[in-house]
Amino acid sequence: MDWQTLATQLFPGGHAIVERDNFLSGSAQVGGQPIDVIGTTGHVPIGIEIALAQATAILNTVQQHPGRPILILVDTQGQRLRHRDEMLGINSYMAHLGKCVDLARRKGHAVIGLVYDQALSGGFITSGLIASACYALPQATIRVMGLPAMARITKVPEERLTELARDNPVFAPGPENYLRMGGLHGIWGEGTGGDLARELARALAECTPDDRRMALGLERGGRLLAQPVADAVRTGSDVRPA
Amino acid sequence: MSYLELTARQRIPAIFDAGSFEEFLPPSKRIASPHLAQLDSPVSFDDGVVVGRGKLGGHTVFGAAQEGAFMGGAVGEVHGAKLAGMLRRAIDERAYAVLLLLESGGVRLHEANAGLIAVSEVMRAMLDVRAAGIPVVAVVGGSNGCFGGMGIAARCANTVIMSEEGRLAMSGPEVIETASGVEEFDSRDRALVWRTTGGKHRYLLGDCQVLVADDTDAFRGAALDAIAALKSGEVGLTLEGLLAEQDLLARRLRDAEGVNEPMELWRRLGIPEPASVPMLEAGAFLELAQQHRARLHTGEQ
Amino acid sequence: METLQFRFDRGARQLPGAAQLVGVVGSGNLEVLIEAAPLAGACEIEVHTAAVGFGATWQAVMDDFHARWSLADARISINDNGATPAVVSLRLDQAVESLINPSTGGAP
Repeated sequence: MDWQTLATQLFPGGHAIVERDNFLSGSAQVGGQPIDVIGTTGHVPIGIEIALAQATAILNTVQQHPGRPILILVDTQGQRLRHRDEMLGINSYMAHLGKCVDLARRKGHAVIGLVYDQALSGGFITSGLIASACYALPQATIRVMGLPAMARITKVPEERLTELARDNPVFAPGPENYLRMGGLHGIWGEGTGGDLARELARALAECTPDDRRMALGLERGGRLLAQPVADAVRTGSDVRPA
Repeated sequence: MSYLELTARQRIPAIFDAGSFEEFLPPSKRIASPHLAQLDSPVSFDDGVVVGRGKLGGHTVFGAAQEGAFMGGAVGEVHGAKLAGMLRRAIDERAYAVLLLLESGGVRLHEANAGLIAVSEVMRAMLDVRAAGIPVVAVVGGSNGCFGGMGIAARCANTVIMSEEGRLAMSGPEVIETASGVEEFDSRDRALVWRTTGGKHRYLLGDCQVLVADDTDAFRGAALDAIAALKSGEVGLTLEGLLAEQDLLARRLRDAEGVNEPMELWRRLGIPEPASVPMLEAGAFLELAQQHRARLHTGEQ
Repeated sequence: METLQFRFDRGARQLPGAAQLVGVVGSGNLEVLIEAAPLAGACEIEVHTAAVGFGATWQAVMDDFHARWSLADARISINDNGATPAVVSLRLDQAVESLINPSTGGAP
């Protein structure tokens, strides 16, 4: 789904979102209340400029529109893989974006991430994954790395990884796996007749400040050890398996 | 002694007050990765990370040390959960500070989706610790460097302490070379790798706040000093602090127009003989850096 | 991956103290976890190894180890990533020494 179609479905009353160099920004309304929107499109790689642009927009919202919710639309092929980005410290630009999102959340802005096409690793970890809650469309793909590169780095044969990526929740790129693991709060467009506007309104209403993803992963059976291990470390007790 | 050459388990007693460290969920509990067997990969009883609580200069400091020799120090489900659990406990018990000895390739690819979510939870937890008024200090001085999602997490700490030998970045040179070609980044050009991601460069750019010799006493002293300095101010994220950081990052981008060689960046910072920087010994380098390195225009963030 | 188990009965030497871990599971390396356990005087060793088909070599290493130390009521667990017999023997000895003389142990 292209971003314009998405925006029309999310905001049937209209919106003022523009795109420039694959960076989306603007505002719209949900339930009569304004919401600020930032995001990416065109499967763009996240380099330092676009990371900074997103962070700038977040801090603008914090300064100019206290309390206003923020929607982050995610479509990226991951971090840009260039010497120049590394030289200039792309990890710092990513961290800065993540910290801006975190600040916004702590200052009472509900921040919702929506993966509407692709999300890879570094392009996603300090936007969608640091939001109050992250959602995805059913046709989205979320992955850590492309299989050929993964095979080269792990020395696991590509055929084996391909096999695992078909139905192993740890490797398969479908949003259902991220949902089961607690990484996503929900998948939109299923069971609600595809009313994205209503899903967004509900997500905003259900927003909580704490990070519940480990508990969700345990409840849903996708990540059985994370919560028990974290609890055991936290309380000085033994790991109680699910 | 050299910090670089020690294992994670050896670094902890070398940095914390002698005999003070209590490990949470020790290896005798045998909580290993549930995902590695399907890839025929051996496990480790601590899943590559030591977490716990000790004393540093007499104060109770929570900490962790990642083992770079196991899976490159990369974060899987259990490893990440140990870190997150320690960070949450630090808040529960009102730790004086948190000290993270980082050495990691980032998300453990063998655990893909679980690893990605785990790193994200570690970042959130680090920021929660800061929001609770507890300073977070990251040390980057291991031979594998600190990359990927952990390279991002390091910059969520209040202070990053590095040695010249340490590397801090996002994607490793091999990954970039594979994706974009050897002309883009020759991963075998070690001098270029260190000019691009090493401690001296990060210190000059302002991404690392303290640079020390590869020595455990030096790292310990720097950690003590960093924590003491942070205790007198605001350690949580503030709008002011992030605006200052945004300004530094925007300036860096502007001043780097057309530049793809780190020495040219150093020259633009005002360093008279950039080619000499890598060979400068510690004292001379720090003196030169003090005059020219990039700084936030308000307090460090 | 292969799992191997060894048991040596009628050991002579009991070891003091809490569990210790030596080594790291890096390429060509291994970790050894050693602890006292009520085993009616025996020493049990469990090996998880990435190098498959070397049962006889492991047996020889363990036989030598038992001849050296003759541990009683000791449980040893190993995660191995392709270490040579020499390195395995070294780590086993380091593990025992870490319990006999805790200040030389690598654990925090």
